[in-house]
Amino acid sequence: MNTERVVQMCLVGERLGFQAARTLYRSADLLTLGRLAHAARLRLNPAPVVTYAVDRNINYTNICVSGCRFCAFYRPAGHPEAYVLGREALERKLEETCRLGGTHILFQGGLNPALDLQWHQEQVRCMANYGLQVHGYSPPEIVFFARQSGLSVRAVIERLMAAGLTSIPGGGAEILTDRVRRRISPEKVGSRQWLQVMETAHGLGLKTSATMMFGHVESMEDRLAHLLRLRRLQDSTGGFTAFIPWPYQPGARTLAAETHGGVEYLRLLALARLVLDNFTHLQASWVTQGAHVGQVALYFGADDLGSTMIEENVVAAAGVHNRLDEDQMRHLIRTAGFEPRKRDPLYRSV
Amino acid sequence: MESLLGFDNAGGPWGDLPADPDLSRIRRKLQDGVRLDFEDGLACLETKDLLGLGHLAWTVRRSLYGDEAYYIANHHLNYTNICINQCRFCAFHRIPGDSAGYTLTPDEAVARIQGAELDDLQEVHVVGGCNPAPDLDYYVRLLEALSAARPGLHLKAFTAVEIAHIAARAGLDTLTVLERLKAAGLKAMPGGGAEVFSERIRRILFPRKPDADQWLEIHGQAHSLGIPTNATLLFGHVETLAERVEHLLRLRAQQDLTRGFQCFIPLPFHPANTPLSHLPGPSGVEILKLMALSRLMLDNIPHLKAYWIMLGEKLTQVALHFGADDLEGTIVQERIAHQAGAATAQGLTRMQVETLIRGAGFVPVPRDTFHNRVVHA
Repeated sequence: MNTERVVQMCLVGERLGFQAARTLYRSADLLTLGRLAHAARLRLNPAPVVTYAVDRNINYTNICVSGCRFCAFYRPAGHPEAYVLGREALERKLEETCRLGGTHILFQGGLNPALDLQWHQEQVRCMANYGLQVHGYSPPEIVFFARQSGLSVRAVIERLMAAGLTSIPGGGAEILTDRVRRRISPEKVGSRQWLQVMETAHGLGLKTSATMMFGHVESMEDRLAHLLRLRRLQDSTGGFTAFIPWPYQPGARTLAAETHGGVEYLRLLALARLVLDNFTHLQASWVTQGAHVGQVALYFGADDLGSTMIEENVVAAAGVHNRLDEDQMRHLIRTAGFEPRKRDPLYRSV
Repeated sequence: MESLLGFDNAGGPWGDLPADPDLSRIRRKLQDGVRLDFEDGLACLETKDLLGLGHLAWTVRRSLYGDEAYYIANHHLNYTNICINQCRFCAFHRIPGDSAGYTLTPDEAVARIQGAELDDLQEVHVVGGCNPAPDLDYYVRLLEALSAARPGLHLKAFTAVEIAHIAARAGLDTLTVLERLKAAGLKAMPGGGAEVFSERIRRILFPRKPDADQWLEIHGQAHSLGIPTNATLLFGHVETLAERVEHLLRLRAQQDLTRGFQCFIPLPFHPANTPLSHLPGPSGVEILKLMALSRLMLDNIPHLKAYWIMLGEKLTQVALHFGADDLEGTIVQERIAHQAGAATAQGLTRMQVETLIRGAGFVPVPRDTFHNRVVHA
């Protein structure tokens, strides 16, 4: 398949298969990919609006039995830096979030055997009582709770929903091929299981996002397989709100990897926009790319600039520190030529 | 990498995309070899079609340099931070008498560029403040000492602002000063101190500095002596888009006359630690638009630099797709931008620079001060 033909497919909005997507990614220059992706973005989201969220990442514990090789955040139980967030500390964070105009909490943590499902239900209820929406618990956590409690994944999600869970973040997807997962996160849920959790959540009417962490040991084919698996599930459930890719940030003690930088990020983002024709939203990752490339990403398919992240711990643990407040976020969106609009975790305007 | 939009491909595969009519007009001009004018420049900075603009610059850049991107193994030497100009955008200077002020003796300057790790060094970039203490003899001895310490090394030294200062201090004209410095080893001049060629902006931000006429005159004098120079634009503070375009047009007119500019370097303003720290600084989109416009408008200046110290590594990579062909260099011990809060490293190894270039999809080519290729051992 030649590039010219794939470009034509993109321009008319024809669905890209594996071969077409690979041809495009291998042979099209950066700005061709970007222009095609931006055109696709304008087909899906015609208004010149870019959304963003004001929320806080709360990591309830850094104790984790998963031992993923790319993670700079987790600590084993008993480690001097290991923690579980207490109720008082949580409430202080919630109060501050409300004060700063936050709409929701991104609530995630390590797989900590000392915390049971009931503890988690209490946390969700506590957040919901503050009037905050809870975007919480990625598939590896949900599977862990199911194993711990002897309940089904479905029953775990139902209980969390009953406690007030709004939506599930797409974390823990990394790369959805088991060849890659065996090398970087052998103790974590497999790709099929990750997708099954999302399918179950969608079946219960719960929306979720989807992510991808690329730029470590995976091949181009793994990246494409990841996108196509997400697209297939989205065809059947329609439950994904957004796709959020970001490049792996190697830390001092984690898996070594060559970093490719800004161009590689924008190419992948544009490819994702073109392949995931059934995902309405694509989020730019300013937290890994910085404000400059994060803003430029709005011309490479992204229509959402993510969150102000009143608090962020996981990327920071790998030594990457980028900060943005709400005014700066709106300024970035405006100077890029778009209208800023605050949204909630379900991508509804607030 | 295959570019799908050549200038010979009139309608191209983009017939179905909404196009900015201004960019279509500009594209026709470029195809016909017609120079861009003020209105074209403004349209480029105001367009909503960032990537359409970028593609025009990319096409020009590709026709000039293909897949290559250039860098130099160099060392920045800021010989003094004492300066009487007190420009409002500067976080580097100290006033005379300040305990944090320093001036390197020629011997101290030599010590900075010696060391086994600098075997590949091609160039020393020597700039500093307008310090009232040293006389012309100091600058001559500085250049002579550096030349003697590392024969074969090229000295790219002193902005037009420093030349004007040295001349005033010595009671000589700038041409005479340039002749003396050339005899002492000056091989090329950096492009700093141009700021914005606007009397309005000069009054607000740098009233004690030479004006545009004098800056351009000194560069013209250097060109007449066979000293190639660079040019810069400090943007993203209080200047208007029109003033950015006028700056480029003045440079282009000067280059038509004297032909000595090798490279243009747009410098995004870094506000931290300056009296303008309340300003946000230019955004990524603004930086890329100016980069692309510079490539399109400066049809007589061969090279366009994405100065990674100021842009950050990621945006530098992207800028290579928006018209830039050069990254500056390895830059050991950069101080000026870092005083203003630049978050980048103070230097990169040659291998890091090459990885950066390859990661952006280009072939790294080391060069010397005069933009000739060099082969490192």
